[in-house]
Amino acid sequence: MILYLGRRLLGVIGVLLAIAAVTFVIFYVLPSDPAAAACGKACSDERLEAIRAHMGLDAPLWRQFGDFVTGIFTGRTTGSGQYALRCDFPCLGYSYENSEGVWDLLVDRLPVSASLAVGAAVLWLLLGLTAGVTAALRKDTLTDRVLMVGAVAAASLPVYFTSVLLIYGLIRLTGLLPYPQYVPFTADPLSWASNLLLPWLALAVLYAAMYARQSRGSMIESMAEPYIRTARAKGLPRRTVVVKHGLRAGMTPVLTIFGMDLGGLLAGAVITESLFGLPGIGRLFYGALSTGDQPVILGVTLLAATFIVVANLAVDLLYAVVDPRVRY
Amino acid sequence: MTLTTTSSPPVSGGSGAWRSVRAELRRRTSLKVSVAVVAFFALMTVAAPLISALGGWGPEEFDKSAVDPYLGGLPIGPLGGVSAEHWLGVEPVTGRDLFARVVHGAQVSLLIAFAATAIVVVAGVAAGVAAGYFGGRTDTALSRLMDLTMSFPSLIFMIAMMSVARDVDRTLLMILVIGLFGWPGVARVVRGQTLSLKHREYVDAARVGGSGPWRILARDILPGVAGPVIAYTTLMIPGMIATEAALSYLGVGVRPPTPSWGQMIAESVAYYDTDPMYFLVPSVCLFLTVLAFTLLGDALRDILDPRGGRS
Repeated sequence: MILYLGRRLLGVIGVLLAIAAVTFVIFYVLPSDPAAAACGKACSDERLEAIRAHMGLDAPLWRQFGDFVTGIFTGRTTGSGQYALRCDFPCLGYSYENSEGVWDLLVDRLPVSASLAVGAAVLWLLLGLTAGVTAALRKDTLTDRVLMVGAVAAASLPVYFTSVLLIYGLIRLTGLLPYPQYVPFTADPLSWASNLLLPWLALAVLYAAMYARQSRGSMIESMAEPYIRTARAKGLPRRTVVVKHGLRAGMTPVLTIFGMDLGGLLAGAVITESLFGLPGIGRLFYGALSTGDQPVILGVTLLAATFIVVANLAVDLLYAVVDPRVRY
Repeated sequence: MTLTTTSSPPVSGGSGAWRSVRAELRRRTSLKVSVAVVAFFALMTVAAPLISALGGWGPEEFDKSAVDPYLGGLPIGPLGGVSAEHWLGVEPVTGRDLFARVVHGAQVSLLIAFAATAIVVVAGVAAGVAAGYFGGRTDTALSRLMDLTMSFPSLIFMIAMMSVARDVDRTLLMILVIGLFGWPGVARVVRGQTLSLKHREYVDAARVGGSGPWRILARDILPGVAGPVIAYTTLMIPGMIATEAALSYLGVGVRPPTPSWGQMIAESVAYYDTDPMYFLVPSVCLFLTVLAFTLLGDALRDILDPRGGRS
């Protein structure tokens, strides 16, 4: 188990380095010149060179990448003399736009994206699994058909369409909910939840539909396994058979996609955040794209990749908990 | 030899499978409808200029007489300006014909989705068959590459790549970028299927009979993986369409004035209240297409790949 974990962690680091390298190459060999942008219109050649040196852009690409990676672990100093800029661990560089540390920007925005992702995940798991398991247990009945037709329809709705419908129905028409405005959980949990309910719903509709479809399929499969018959024959109550034996084994495929989905959403749901005006990482990323703010783009990409890779690792470890047949 | 060849592959893309597809098509009404919808939009894709010529307007033609400048450019007439002249109404402010735009948008959206799917299928099948059949180091290397590609935050990466590339063919770039992140899914399915096929008796028989690896791949393995791949591909198309729409929605897709559904929806979101028709036309098209492909894919999976690609 410990050996397995060690090997996997090494793999995680390797994957992240590879992703950082690819991102770095793509976004740093661009035609755009951040030094020229920072220098402004009236810019002499010496000044441009100085700024380039200050930003560390005069070094060769592999040097820049090496500096970037070591900077994450040890912090680094860019520029020299009185213009020296110390960037402490974990250093992801500074935004070209407002000279704020990328790490601080990410830490600042993360609670918003995390609130959105986790809240929506709870909602879609509840809705999706309930619908999926109900449909599986009532296979080929009217309930099953209605649930699955609903799921396939909901899965086909693009998130911006659902969002507009929800905004129209719940805000414009009935005024049941306020227009979302992020309130930190620590400030006021109740208003945090009521403000986020709409974006949660918008995301959850799509994912719940996909999870209902997936969990119905795997539940039908696991309920057909011989050990279910054994459990029934032992005279276990139906509830125990369904939940402890059927659901547990049937959850492995669901767990796999859950890891990827949650990991992907934690680093910002770009469309949902911009639709509802939530100041999360997705919005930060989108803003950085329009201004060509490469350190921020790189930072967000790395953070997103980290979430996905770590979520996948967590899922693999959870397999052993969920499915007793899995051992490491 | 005659003895061993009698064991047939479990999932064959041969005539038996197509017969059951046809039988299923007769039985399920939902399948009939979805095939009709898919055919309808496919026709739109192929014959967009012809179809929009029927309406008499080009997708980029302004019609200032159809909008009311005193109402902030809202269309004149009921339902967003639906009339004999403009069948689905017009765009606010510009007065461009929605029918023409939605038809041309179908062409852009579906072409990108289909082309990206084609890339994904070719690359995925090649990688999956190679990994599964040759095994060993090839398998390790390809599987690592699949894991790596799947760890990329794909949407974020696609947006970033689309937004940094400036002077390139947006359509082509979009096809490549979407295709780049899709292949591991297909490759995994194909790899699993190939692994389960490669030591079947009929494959061994072919090997003993002196067939080289390429002949075995082409004649014995590929037909065996065709069923799951077709099902998986059909189920992948709605995701591709949605991804294209999402990128266009975020403004990093095809450049205006070329219409695409996602871009039309993005522009119309601001009018959902004042001109709902403008918002509904591209949204409903997108919804119907995605729904139809999902239903079709579901049905094909039930028929061609009863075990859902897992082996």
